[in-house]
Amino acid sequence: MVEDEGEGARAVPLSGHVGFDSMPDQLVNKSVNHGFCFNILCVGETGLGKSTLMDTLFNTKFEGEPTQHNQPGVTLKSNTYELQESNVRLKLTMVNTVGFGDQINKEDSYKSIVEFIDAQFEAYLQEELKIKRTLHSYHDTRIHACLYFIAPTGHSLKSLDLVTMKKLDSKVNIIPIIAKSDAISKSELAKFKIKITSELVSNGVQIYQFPTDDESVAEINSTMNSHLPFAVVGSTEEVKIGNKMVKARQYPWGTVQVENENHCDFVKLREMLIRVNMEDLREQTHTRHYELYRRCKLEEMGFKDTDPDSKPFSLQETYEAKRNEFMGELQKKEEEMRQMFVQRVKEKEAELKEAEKELHEKFDRLKKLHQDEKKKLEEKKKALDDEVNTFKQKKTAAELLLNQAQQAGGSTTLKRDKERKKDQSVEGKRGHRLD
Amino acid sequence: AQCFEFPLPCYSSPISFSFINHLVDFSYVGIDAILEQMRRKAMKQGFELNIMVVGQSGLGKSTLMNTLFKSKVSRKSVLATSQEKIPKTIEIKSISHDIEEKGVRMKLTVIDTPGFGDQINNENCWQPIMKFINDQYEAYLQEEININRKKRIPDSRVHCCIYFIPPTGHCLRPLDVEFMKRLSKVVNIVPVIAKADTLTLEERDFFKKKIREELRSNGIDVYPQKEFDEDAEDRMINEKIREMIPFAVVGSDQEYQVNGRRLLGRKTKWGTIEVENIAHCEFAYLRDLLIRTHMQNIKDITSSIHYEMYRVRRLNESNTAVTQANGIPEHHLSAHEM
Repeated sequence: MVEDEGEGARAVPLSGHVGFDSMPDQLVNKSVNHGFCFNILCVGETGLGKSTLMDTLFNTKFEGEPTQHNQPGVTLKSNTYELQESNVRLKLTMVNTVGFGDQINKEDSYKSIVEFIDAQFEAYLQEELKIKRTLHSYHDTRIHACLYFIAPTGHSLKSLDLVTMKKLDSKVNIIPIIAKSDAISKSELAKFKIKITSELVSNGVQIYQFPTDDESVAEINSTMNSHLPFAVVGSTEEVKIGNKMVKARQYPWGTVQVENENHCDFVKLREMLIRVNMEDLREQTHTRHYELYRRCKLEEMGFKDTDPDSKPFSLQETYEAKRNEFMGELQKKEEEMRQMFVQRVKEKEAELKEAEKELHEKFDRLKKLHQDEKKKLEEKKKALDDEVNTFKQKKTAAELLLNQAQQAGGSTTLKRDKERKKDQSVEGKRGHRLD
Repeated sequence: AQCFEFPLPCYSSPISFSFINHLVDFSYVGIDAILEQMRRKAMKQGFELNIMVVGQSGLGKSTLMNTLFKSKVSRKSVLATSQEKIPKTIEIKSISHDIEEKGVRMKLTVIDTPGFGDQINNENCWQPIMKFINDQYEAYLQEEININRKKRIPDSRVHCCIYFIPPTGHCLRPLDVEFMKRLSKVVNIVPVIAKADTLTLEERDFFKKKIREELRSNGIDVYPQKEFDEDAEDRMINEKIREMIPFAVVGSDQEYQVNGRRLLGRKTKWGTIEVENIAHCEFAYLRDLLIRTHMQNIKDITSSIHYEMYRVRRLNESNTAVTQANGIPEHHLSAHEM
């Protein structure tokens, strides 16, 4: 018997120090031992300074040379790096869109990006659905933040930008950035930002809003929200200003200092992306974007949630039901095929039998013909022999007559007698033979 | 100022970070700020802890809970009627409290099991308890496999089961062995010697050694389990704990004046037992283990090992096999389960 007496848990005061205030520390320690994962996707045309910005943000030189402009389509290249700062180990994955915006026909540019993001969700979903799974040691490759690089035209967003962002906003946290913003003057920049924001709003693009529900960061986050999109400048080269070496871009007319908030919004971006909201970006990805993907995917596969009339379905049960259905169909198909096969065999057999019969008949016929021929031949032979016999008899009779005629007249009787005898013996022999 | 050079896996060149004053040094990226972000998030969300207490009636379970959490969290203290009747069958009663300390909020649920071991025939008395634990896993699993999931799934899984061993001084009883053998496979068991103030220190040591031997010979793995030690450091810390279990505890929610201080204790004619004095009893070790150092670890083992095992079993079987597995005649169960 189970009773739950504390449905709405009551608040109970403690009369001393228990010690569970160390829980956040215990949790943090566990995470530190585990390490963290952070995955950034950089979307933008070739040549907007994506790689340089990443180098500047993370204060290091990630490898890679600038990509060529002649890619046939958009591919995504991802690299993983392990960074460490004090005791925090970060597995940072950076995904770059190679060849974005370089094609003549850009209609399908966004597709490979969407496919990539979905593939990461799919991999996580597969792991989650496994029977024997290792979620706590799984290397999470889902994209936590998407930095969208806007070209510094100073006018408005390109249609490629709008289309791409619209496709991505339900799948990933989008943070729009104005790249190479040292090309725009301050006044133009303000107008540009307003234009961009209004275009995003009017097209219904949901960009990432820095969270304002936690008081400790609400203020700074809401201020930053109003500065979006951030106008950034990246540089890994250092220039001496005063007595310090700072990251900057040096022009004949002046030097743009990357970390000077008057010059560009780089510091703001770094604050927001890394120092204040990294954890929130990860959480949003997991609880909002991933859950949405999961929901859609599972519904697509035909799973349902609790049916109010019957017992709750479980994935396993639904899967079993589907599997049984499928197996049933499979069996039916098998039966059909077997029937068809049997039928065909029968038909073939009948055909063969027919052919055999025919062959036999033909054989009989031929045999008969052959025998007939043979008989005819023999008859003919016999007839011929008879003729020969008759002729011989006639011949003998004729000679006898001739002999008798000569005897009455002549002397060479003896010779003829011998010849006659010879003939007769020969005839006798022949006569034997003819029998 | 220390400059670190790290050889990184094949992809990139070594990175260097400087550790001086963050405000001035521009090479500081700020990755470690994520710790602070996590801490903030955890404080906002609060924590949940579910502890089950199992033992015969009269072993001081409720008192110990109250002592651990320094407040009236046990069922007895909550119920109006203090009439204690031993129930005819084992009941499972859970009661939740919201407690807060230095800004950290915790929802503590204490699950009591009155009637355990109190009958004349205690056969299969672990079944209702196993069923309860598995039901909590089941509830969590059902939530987890929903299409529309809650942002935060309420965690009612039993994180820790404190098993009270009566202070006989000899060895474990068959009931203790049977129970712990079965339950150590589905939940973290922390065995304690209850009312340890009836044992002298030598008797206590002998008893503990005997218990550890019996646990070992019966293959019972209590928390912290040897097989879940993550690394050498873990193993070192946990070995020390394993050499001390079961903790001999004394509970009390009454304060007495001792040497000018007010302390929790039990007053007798021959002296006052100070509950939090490690020379007197091992309550402080238990509290430190459960609350101050290993609470997160206990929850992690529950969710990533016990729950996952349940999930694997469940997803491999069909429904009927599971209902059978929940505490029903022995010969129906397969050898490796419960």
